[in-house]
Amino acid sequence: MTAAAAPSRFRRPRRDRGGEDTGVSARRWFTPWLLIAPGGLWLLVFFIIPLFSLGRLSLENGGLSNYSTVISDNSTVIIRTFVYATLSTVAAIIIGYPLAYVIATKGGKYKNLLLALVVLPFFVTYLVRTLSWKILLFDGGPVVSILHSLGILSESQGILGSPFAVVAALTYNFLPFMVLPIYVSLEKLDRRLLDAAADLYSSPARAFRKITLPLSLPGLFAGTLLTFIPAAGDFVNSELLGSERTVMIGNIIEKNFGKEFFRPELSALSFMLMAIILIGVIIYARLLGTEEIA
Amino acid sequence: MNPPNWLRALGRISLWVWAVLGLVFLFAPILVTVVYSFNEPTGKYNYVWNKFSLAGWSDPFKYPELTDALIFSLKIAVSVTLIATILGTLIGLAMVKYKFRAKGFIGAILVLPLTMPEVVLGFSLLTLFVAVNWSRGFVTIIIAQVMFSVSYVATTVRARIRGFDWRLEEASLDLGASPFRTFYKVTLPLIAPGVVAAAMLTFALSLDDFIITYLNSGLENTFPIQIWNMKRSKIPVQINVFSTALLIISIALALLLVVVNNRRSRKLAGLEA
Repeated sequence: MTAAAAPSRFRRPRRDRGGEDTGVSARRWFTPWLLIAPGGLWLLVFFIIPLFSLGRLSLENGGLSNYSTVISDNSTVIIRTFVYATLSTVAAIIIGYPLAYVIATKGGKYKNLLLALVVLPFFVTYLVRTLSWKILLFDGGPVVSILHSLGILSESQGILGSPFAVVAALTYNFLPFMVLPIYVSLEKLDRRLLDAAADLYSSPARAFRKITLPLSLPGLFAGTLLTFIPAAGDFVNSELLGSERTVMIGNIIEKNFGKEFFRPELSALSFMLMAIILIGVIIYARLLGTEEIA
Repeated sequence: MNPPNWLRALGRISLWVWAVLGLVFLFAPILVTVVYSFNEPTGKYNYVWNKFSLAGWSDPFKYPELTDALIFSLKIAVSVTLIATILGTLIGLAMVKYKFRAKGFIGAILVLPLTMPEVVLGFSLLTLFVAVNWSRGFVTIIIAQVMFSVSYVATTVRARIRGFDWRLEEASLDLGASPFRTFYKVTLPLIAPGVVAAAMLTFALSLDDFIITYLNSGLENTFPIQIWNMKRSKIPVQINVFSTALLIISIALALLLVVVNNRRSRKLAGLEA
């Protein structure tokens, strides 16, 4: 199992070039590859190759025209998907950033307890969590009653089936993925920078804008990806809480994946979803300048 | 230029209120899950509160299809945790202890599954299984779940074992211990907390996963898939009973891990003092 611990006959002189490599390990060039091989092969066969298989299938019976068909047939759904994913990501930032900020900077000895509360939703399976949202938003349930008594919703109106219900549940389901990375980057922040800013007569607001926010951008970037990507590919929230008005790309794949006939078009749809997300990630990384920060 | 004190106090208070509201938002559905396990629904759907009842808890196994699905899910979770933890830990070790070419490339491959929507991962894997005419079921579910879990395990282990003093292994070998004994007595205890954390994460991810599993499950039903199939016929209170029980067990396990880790670090601190 551990070639790492084999007798050190072939020990090369240790080179320290700031890597993580130390001591007994730098021996045979193939030891790391032996360790990587089993998991790496798994990823190659069941992750990389399927992506190629998906790409090939997406061009069957029609080539690139599959893509134009799929896009023109589903343009509303495609736009809706990315609007919902964007809205829920923005909502997750608005809710998640202050929460992460409070836990990281003011949590004190309750920090770990507060973090535990943030990950608690993961202890209830995704589908049940979403069903609980259905209970919360049900006609006559707590949220609808409050909105009725505040007069925001007229007596005959409910929430279930509406875009609001879907976006709210998407926000909820992926919120911990937003909070945790932001928390990590705020936690690492060197408090002395803020002290220095205060000593130099910077207002707290300005110190936040000039120091805290820029230094937390890597966390914000990771959180945005971890929220946006699952939201864009989701079909559970729309199916359980939405209606025909809220159909997303994932729902189309879910409805038809068992039918042989649709597979080339569904493959084109999945490939397009992936491509749009990848392009979005690259543009977003440029905008935030994450490369320079990391 | 500086805002008056009362404005700053107001800002601080509203920040706290906002954060607490965020926690409530995260917490409310969990509370609902637990509370509604004590409901006695009027119809087939446990969506509206009717009255307090212990019916669900006194007859948790009323729906055999639901119980079977939960047992099936647990079997899957155990298998996936075993396989993914071993494969992922090996990769994590390789990434931390060795310098080699293409390390950046391997790192990128590991991150890639995390940057793709589950529906794409699941559907592309399905197209492979269809292409080679492999019927879906227990094995394909495990394959699919291990595929995305390996990345999580490798990343977690890598982060947790970074900066360890690997010369301890060398010392052990120099003192005449066999490589096997060295692994068992030195390496394993060093990496154990990271590996346990990764294993628990994998177990939770396996029970949580729906989309990838659903697309590659064929006719087999995990707990989430069974709920999905029932959504148009009935949503019984037993779903909440099982979920609440799992929640309590998970919290207990997490607390146990914290206690063990604290004791361990106290012991280590004692050794150093």
